[in-house]
Amino acid sequence: MAKNITKQVMQSDGTRIISAERGFSWKRFMLQWEWMLVLMLIIVNIFNISVSPNYANVKNILNATRDFLDKAIVVFPMAFVLMLGEIDISVASIMALSATIMGVAYQAGVPMAGAICIALATGTVCGFINGIILVKFPELSSMIVTLSTQIIFRGIAQIILETNSVGGFPSWFTRIAAGKIGGMVPYVMVFVIVEALFFAYLLHYTKFGRRCYAMGNSVTVAKFSGVKTNKIKIIVFTMAGLFSAIAAVYLASKMSSVRPDVAKGYELDIIAMAVLGGVSTSGGKGRILGAALSILVIGYLRYGLGLINASSQIIMIVVGALLIIAVAIPSFRDSIGNANWFRKLKAMVSKS
Amino acid sequence: MSDYILELKGITKIFPGVKALDNVHFSLKEGEIHALMGENGAGKSTFIKVITGVHQPEEGEIFIRGQKVSIKNPKDAQKLSIAAIYQHGTTYQHLSVTENIFIGHEKMTKLKTIDWKQMHKDAAALLKRLGSSIDPHSTMGNLTVAEQQIVEIAKAISTNAKIIIMDEPTAALSKRECEELYRITEQLRDEGCSIIFISHRFEDMYRLASRVTVFRDAQYIGTWDVDGISNEVLISKMVGREISQIYPKQEVEMGEEIFKVDKLSKTGYYKDVSFSLHKGEILAMTGLVGAGRTEVCQGIMGIEKPDSGKVYLEGKELKISHPSDAMDYGVGYLPEDRQKQGLILDWGLGQNVTLSTLEQFTHGSIINQKEERQKSKELLERVKTKALSVFDKASSLSGGNQQKVIVAKVLNSDLKVIILDEPTKGVDVGAKAQIYEIMSSLAAQGYGVIMISSEMPEVLGMADTILVMREGRVSKIFDEVKGVTQEQILEAAMNT
Repeated sequence: MAKNITKQVMQSDGTRIISAERGFSWKRFMLQWEWMLVLMLIIVNIFNISVSPNYANVKNILNATRDFLDKAIVVFPMAFVLMLGEIDISVASIMALSATIMGVAYQAGVPMAGAICIALATGTVCGFINGIILVKFPELSSMIVTLSTQIIFRGIAQIILETNSVGGFPSWFTRIAAGKIGGMVPYVMVFVIVEALFFAYLLHYTKFGRRCYAMGNSVTVAKFSGVKTNKIKIIVFTMAGLFSAIAAVYLASKMSSVRPDVAKGYELDIIAMAVLGGVSTSGGKGRILGAALSILVIGYLRYGLGLINASSQIIMIVVGALLIIAVAIPSFRDSIGNANWFRKLKAMVSKS
Repeated sequence: MSDYILELKGITKIFPGVKALDNVHFSLKEGEIHALMGENGAGKSTFIKVITGVHQPEEGEIFIRGQKVSIKNPKDAQKLSIAAIYQHGTTYQHLSVTENIFIGHEKMTKLKTIDWKQMHKDAAALLKRLGSSIDPHSTMGNLTVAEQQIVEIAKAISTNAKIIIMDEPTAALSKRECEELYRITEQLRDEGCSIIFISHRFEDMYRLASRVTVFRDAQYIGTWDVDGISNEVLISKMVGREISQIYPKQEVEMGEEIFKVDKLSKTGYYKDVSFSLHKGEILAMTGLVGAGRTEVCQGIMGIEKPDSGKVYLEGKELKISHPSDAMDYGVGYLPEDRQKQGLILDWGLGQNVTLSTLEQFTHGSIINQKEERQKSKELLERVKTKALSVFDKASSLSGGNQQKVIVAKVLNSDLKVIILDEPTKGVDVGAKAQIYEIMSSLAAQGYGVIMISSEMPEVLGMADTILVMREGRVSKIFDEVKGVTQEQILEAAMNT
């Protein structure tokens, strides 16, 4: 055991050498959560192939992917919200309100392109409102605030359209969702990939991302270190609003109509995808790669369960169970690592 | 029958990669107050956790009254009449004093419901026995730190503890509160308790203890009678070297006025605080805990904005509404609470150092992480941090080294004025001297330094100017430190 105790190199004048680099470690590399997601992804796909031999062709898989791209658009900004230690339950309602206002604007004679811009503006404003409320009333938790705005945003959509729907969009608009590059890759898939790269860049390589991580760990330390915590919080919630609106436009294009009850319950899947991806709900931990992989895991799992005609209730139960197992694994690993019997075993092994 | 009520022999405790205790001995006589001293990271806290059953040692034996015992968990320790009062309180802030005292061993009525009447009565009796008039119904969070400590002591004696361990109980107390604690500790001893008293303050040891044990780098150095051992000898035992001069103050020619605070006020916290600071000057702000020193400095920094008053830097009025504004102007702040305000404990040292100065490494919008690591390495080496790599987690360092990391963080900003809030609180002697050295060299480089401190020797040893606050107001400013005595400062700090 004693040989493990490394001594810091001290020079003759008393200065200590601190290393600025660290070597590659297989242990650290393999202990990344993303490997667990890769494993899950493989298992889910084996399951899908076994229930439907036709599943395993590129066209089919791409089609399956198209089914959950609407949620995927919101997962990455949601990862940022969770990263701050906050939560946004109102995203699905923002989608409904943005889509509704877009439909009504189009019906009122606004050209489609203009209506899309209005939808994006609506989502942005909704997200901004969430952010402002949180900053102005720091004693309110984001859970409560977005739970309230969730009801309000959806309520406004329902007042505007009641139980009606708006359709008859120009054909170019419906082609946004249906369109494919080379007849294979949906436009929106390309958008999501670019979006993922953008958010990965934002979170892992920029000042903004580092400051978000800092806030998730400790708002106080971040503030004392000169991080403008209120500004960041508003930006992150506004981002969630904007991308909810983008998802709403996609959804409207896919369904070629809008109704005030679109995207109901999406927020749960979106949050689940981020959390399964390793983004901690208490903030400060997580990576975009993990979120991206877990979108695929939950997405394909839902698709596969659809293949065996599982009811939507069953699907909900499976996704819920998966989520609990997934978030329990790291703490289970820690508790084994700290257990007395495990340490004694390790000591025995290392002695022999 | 052994002379000792508690004896530990050859205790070794290993954490992954670190020997926290290496063949350590300790013995406690019945009815004595035994001081345990050592630098931060010497293993004192781990040692206590071994006695209280939080940690199990890999090797070694524990005897109570000559009987070999094994303490597997805190419950065992309680059964053996051992109680500990930890450095960072383990109290329930939202519960009442009574609930805090009796938590885990509540009194029951015949109907198996909690007997509140009896508990409140017993709690009042316990507190009265300690000479305190705290109302057992009051909420823990509304009490002062000193009062909370008295409640913790009441909790310890309510379990009939015979061996009481106090981990740095005086660290957050004012002079008067310390006196109160001394009195209670002596009373407990006279009632037959044996006490292990951990402290960084020599004053505590001389006042209370009959014997002192020193740990250094996880090892047992020795035990001595307090009579006939001097500060210098003890310090050298603790750090393993002679510290010739604890206060390495350099003679600095004071420059022109750099910073001025004019009638800063915030209702309920401080009123009409004015002072000025020159280049190369170290201004010590002292006073009793709660006199408003921290609040004034946090007001200057824009953390809690003042209601009125002005702040000038180099003659220019500053508009500060956020700490980032203050830093942009060149005013930096090293907070009092390292763990909650200064460091992200889960992060590596490197990222902690650069958090407030990310602009320096950002090109376009990307952080150059290699440059960042290199710069933080240099800074951490400059303040002599005891660490292996910039990737070491901040939580893995001892208090003194954590403080050095925060100093490195502040040093990286382009500052003119640095405010250090209790920079040596809970820091061991060796690290203290290094922090003083850094402070002194900052002044020599022409920075204006404001040091908030409650430690008189430090104030007298380091300051050029001493500002004493009392109840939110500036009570006295000593422009010339030479000849000022502790008594004069105390007189200005207390209501006389």
